[in-house]
Amino acid sequence: MPLLEIRNLTVEFSTTSGAFRAVDGVDITVEPGDLMAIVGESGSGKSVSMLAVMGLLPWTATITADLMAFNGHDLRGMTAKQRRRIIGRDMSMIFQEPMSSLNPCFTVGFQIRESLKKHTDLDRKGRQERAVELMKLVGIPAPEKRLGAFPHQLSGGMSQRAMIAMALACEPKLLIADEPTTALDVTIQAQILELLTGLQERTGMALILITHDMGVVAETVKRVQVQYAGQKVEEQEVGALFDDPHHPYTAALLAALPERATERRLPTIPGVVPGQFDRPTGCLFSPRCRFADAHCKAVEPVQASPEMGLALCHYPLSHGEPTKKEQAS
Amino acid sequence: MSAILTAENLKRHYEVGGGAFRSAATVRALDGASFALEPGKTLAVVGESGCGKSTLARVVTMIEPPSGGSLAIEGREVGPDGAAKDRDLRAMVQIVFQDPYGSLNPRQTIGQTLMEPLMLNRPEIKAEERESRAREMLRMVGLRDEHFDRYPHMFSGGQRQRVAVGRALMLEPKILVLDEPVSALDLSIQSQVLNLLIDLQEKFQLAYLFISHDLSVVRHLADEVMVMYLGRPVETGPKDEIFAHPRHPYTRALLSATPVADPRHEKTRIKLEGELPSPMAVPEGCPFNPRCWRATDECRREFPPYEGERHRYACYHPIEE
Repeated sequence: MPLLEIRNLTVEFSTTSGAFRAVDGVDITVEPGDLMAIVGESGSGKSVSMLAVMGLLPWTATITADLMAFNGHDLRGMTAKQRRRIIGRDMSMIFQEPMSSLNPCFTVGFQIRESLKKHTDLDRKGRQERAVELMKLVGIPAPEKRLGAFPHQLSGGMSQRAMIAMALACEPKLLIADEPTTALDVTIQAQILELLTGLQERTGMALILITHDMGVVAETVKRVQVQYAGQKVEEQEVGALFDDPHHPYTAALLAALPERATERRLPTIPGVVPGQFDRPTGCLFSPRCRFADAHCKAVEPVQASPEMGLALCHYPLSHGEPTKKEQAS
Repeated sequence: MSAILTAENLKRHYEVGGGAFRSAATVRALDGASFALEPGKTLAVVGESGCGKSTLARVVTMIEPPSGGSLAIEGREVGPDGAAKDRDLRAMVQIVFQDPYGSLNPRQTIGQTLMEPLMLNRPEIKAEERESRAREMLRMVGLRDEHFDRYPHMFSGGQRQRVAVGRALMLEPKILVLDEPVSALDLSIQSQVLNLLIDLQEKFQLAYLFISHDLSVVRHLADEVMVMYLGRPVETGPKDEIFAHPRHPYTRALLSATPVADPRHEKTRIKLEGELPSPMAVPEGCPFNPRCWRATDECRREFPPYEGERHRYACYHPIEE
């Protein structure tokens, strides 16, 4: 049984200028011990879909799904109280800005012990011991001393480690890391990524890494899900994705990487990600796609076969060439 | 080709803190950088936070005067009062900032934004001429004529960065300082802006001082690379040399820490211990010594002298190939 299974997740925000669809029919399946990434540019709905799973969206959001189950619990229609029994214990999340996700008014130790107090029946002494143990686990030197530190006394890398310690306090089955290293320097980023994958291996938890950095994806995860404008456009094993992307968006994105460039002028993707008012009909990527034809602009594509990376495209690519085009014409 | 800008042992120190009962501390944000910029070439400055790359940008653009060393642009020395009295000198160096959302005035139309530098620095130019030059620039950076009367909030990040580049070029500068110009942009937009920068450089023979932490962008764009650590350049040289044969252990570590977008890439990661020290308390000797796996007593005593001609590095124990 998958640990997390989501079918047809849609999130709409009601704004003063009408409804805005941030996530549009996304499926996510995470097996226990999975190591996957959700990749996309800004506005691809990658964070919002995970916040919906965590139940952290504001009241303006309307969440609908055919299925949204975590570890046998149906997350739809769950009350806040029921959800709190799962969040922070079996499923936890770390965020991009460690500095602003920690509460500045309390010590790091208090914030780690708080989650232990909520979810375990450890006594005061046991909680302190566990907190020290966690600080050691995430590689913070002099843990006893650092537990008494306030977030502003820690560097960016240290606060991200403290965040990870907090998220791991109750040995979750699933850790969602939302751009955990974007705000950090590269040498610190390397340390944190190594820590996360090491912990994932040791504890056997599942890890979902949300990122926009293709380098981080290539070096860290096993499976990749690509999102564009709120839709899941492709899903593949990491090696296969980089070798043979099936959706034209993935292919264009990879081609735009400076390190893959063969000429001084980089290949570009014309245009911008569609916003609230300029959502195209048919395939959402069609205005920017170099393979798109009239059919793409009129009819919404359906998912291709798993061999074609579940690409949401009428003519999924195979080694850079669109397939099925002859049949259609 | 002869250099258009030369910096010799350039320094910028700040006094911080200090009150009735505490003496002020000195932050050596930039502590002895020597480099040269050539027309049509790009010098990339890489390093982590606190390495002084943004301070370098501020000193080179003469937003702040250097507190030591010399800075000469086209042979003209920038004095201790910066370029306050020399508008022509200031017009020669322009800057593009990282965040196109913060660097454009939301109350000015794109046209006004582009015309403002001319209004202030070239008051002799007539209004019509000013407008036609601004419209010309708009086309040059890949925007359309109808964008002239629109406001920044109506544009995407990439388009705003095009406006920022256009504004910087209005005074026909010879040097453009690019402070992380693409790091706030999405990957698909990033390549558009990089191509624009390449085109403009070829067209106007601009000298770029390109500040970035993204080594894949640097590798693509730069001619020369300068690696900085805590206020000092630790290694400078031609791009291919630096990427293929890094001599300084820090450069080596930085290169190995940068994720490569290729799942089959063999990871030979050098794991650096510890954090970046604060620029308020730079370690004695070579600033990298507490994190360096090759450090000896010598490194803890004194900053190593620079070695090499074109490819210069400051290390007692350089990596041999």
